[in-house]
Amino acid sequence: MFKKILIANRGEIAVRVIRACRELGIPSVAVFSEVDRAALHVRKADEAYPLGPAAASESYLNIDKIISAARKSGADAIHPGYGFLSENPRFAHACGEAGIKFIGPTAASMEMMGSKTRARQNMEKAGVPFVPGTSRGVDSPEEALRVSEKIGYPVMLKAAAGGGGKGMRLVHTPQELPSALESARSEAQRAFASDEVYIEKAILNPRHIEMQVLADEYGNTVYLGERECSIQRRHQKVLEESPSPIVDSDMRSRMGEIAVRVAKAAGYTNAGTIEFLADQQKNFYFLEMNTRLQVEHPVTELTTGLDLVHLQIRIAAGEELPFRQQDVQIRGHAIECRIYAEDPDNHYFPSPGKISLLLLPSGPGIRRDSGMYEGWTVPIDYDPLLAKLIGYGTDREQATSRLVRALNEYFVGGIKTNISLFRRILNDPDFRTARLDTGFLDRLLEKPQPQEAADSNAARIAAIAAGVFAVLDPDTARKDPASLNGGGGDMHSNWKRIGREEALK
Amino acid sequence: MTYEVTVEGKQFRLELNRIDGRWQCSLDGHEIHFDAVLPRRDVLSILIEGKAYEIKRERTATDLHLWVGPRRYDVHLRDPRSLRSRATADDGKGPRKLVAPMPGKVVRVLVPENEEVQAGEGVLVVEAMKMQNEIKSPKKGIVRKLIAAPGANVNAGDVLAVVE
Repeated sequence: MFKKILIANRGEIAVRVIRACRELGIPSVAVFSEVDRAALHVRKADEAYPLGPAAASESYLNIDKIISAARKSGADAIHPGYGFLSENPRFAHACGEAGIKFIGPTAASMEMMGSKTRARQNMEKAGVPFVPGTSRGVDSPEEALRVSEKIGYPVMLKAAAGGGGKGMRLVHTPQELPSALESARSEAQRAFASDEVYIEKAILNPRHIEMQVLADEYGNTVYLGERECSIQRRHQKVLEESPSPIVDSDMRSRMGEIAVRVAKAAGYTNAGTIEFLADQQKNFYFLEMNTRLQVEHPVTELTTGLDLVHLQIRIAAGEELPFRQQDVQIRGHAIECRIYAEDPDNHYFPSPGKISLLLLPSGPGIRRDSGMYEGWTVPIDYDPLLAKLIGYGTDREQATSRLVRALNEYFVGGIKTNISLFRRILNDPDFRTARLDTGFLDRLLEKPQPQEAADSNAARIAAIAAGVFAVLDPDTARKDPASLNGGGGDMHSNWKRIGREEALK
Repeated sequence: MTYEVTVEGKQFRLELNRIDGRWQCSLDGHEIHFDAVLPRRDVLSILIEGKAYEIKRERTATDLHLWVGPRRYDVHLRDPRSLRSRATADDGKGPRKLVAPMPGKVVRVLVPENEEVQAGEGVLVVEAMKMQNEIKSPKKGIVRKLIAAPGANVNAGDVLAVVE
């Protein structure tokens, strides 16, 4: 087993991995940028090393600095979390060169799956069902038109090197195609340094269903149930659940077997996820493979009773999978909300700042994976994911009611969060009846917000409370507007200012 | 203790009394007995005829918000007898500052100086983190002291304009 693990990440996932290390009795090493010195993951680790300025390229994406921190600490393994370097073959390779075990798949399988066109080519060989389309980037508008004619409109143009919605265009008619191709190409070039664009048939109202796989380094590969991640905004997942409401045990075993086949064809080891698009008739097609642990892994952990990070560490340490496919049981239902520091009333604009008050949900069936604490200042420099709130129950209805209850207990004061969005989602009739597809959230956000009945009683309570607060908890900070905004002292800190300026370059 | 409280634009006159630890108030002449404790800073537990209310307080550079249940209320409190509060009268009807919520750059002015603006209308646009953010006026009034101009870099907390 490893004698020390460095976590090359930050925020809630770094805390989560540190917890697994503690549970396994393995010392943990945190790394942090200048704006993360007071971050929760640094507080919880056994050791911590500074990386440098806030900009990710100077810190969490900097391979040399991270390897150097690992060497200094004597860590013999690195867990990359998700995002950052988790799917970077150069990093996996650099770890190997430094004699440090990368807790994840090999660089070779990352490379194979990292290019969506190469992934398609290899999966075709493995007999995996695909969304009809090209396995190679298109070279010219003429080729694109020819291919699209054959596949049938509408078609989706996609960046081979990309994800997260960038370099994607939905095309309904041949007339739109040439300019869509042009703009997809340039967006892809800017975002991923590659303008390779391929074409797939656009599935209308698809459901995004993904299958968790786990493979040890001896060829034992299993699937651990699916997750439905159709609730997305601009191709970013917002809410996920397991199991998928439309997947029965027959569909699960068919998808699972294909997922295992994909993983094996890629020579995959450790934890990974195969993404499928499913139509409303339950046909499903391979979309891509994510060669890392995912944000939404808790819903799989809760419904299978397995600890995926423990298993990742043990697999990387050379242990065999301690169970077989037939031992995997799916029980109950789990739903996860991603809590972001965003302003739902202002186009989900990031909302950094100091958390002045944090009241936390707990109780039956509630899991909270969080990187925030009261008094912490959320930095502007990174993805604003604050925490994940997961509700678990015997069935979807109970998981939902627990999650709604917990969201009412959750209070984050001082910054804006998207907590109110989840109330809207979970109370929506289409959500309750599981009528989901990737257009769900866009449609919900277009509906007028239900006007809460003007509660004159609540307004009177607020008036009384204002007076009582003034007596019991005087607002002395108001004398000095600068210090009212909690981070007043911090705002004038030079390193913070420099960090922000760099992030904005 | 007497206060003038404005909740979401609605004004109340509040007279608060505490006798032997028991609270009583008169809200616009309506008498209410209640119990109140402060379990921790910024959180109040109020009991009125058996109904329990947990109220959370949130303060920003320019505003005070109270949360009753899941709803947020914009609140202004004024103690008419206090010298200090008269000087910085902020009952929601006085001048309101528009403040940059984060570091960025002013890219556009939507309502020029001395023009009228409605509550909730955008006054200027600040770009930060590759996104454009409309800074909205919290009240109906006239834009004065438009301090920031297009191209100007601003820091979080900088006053961009004042609406009177």
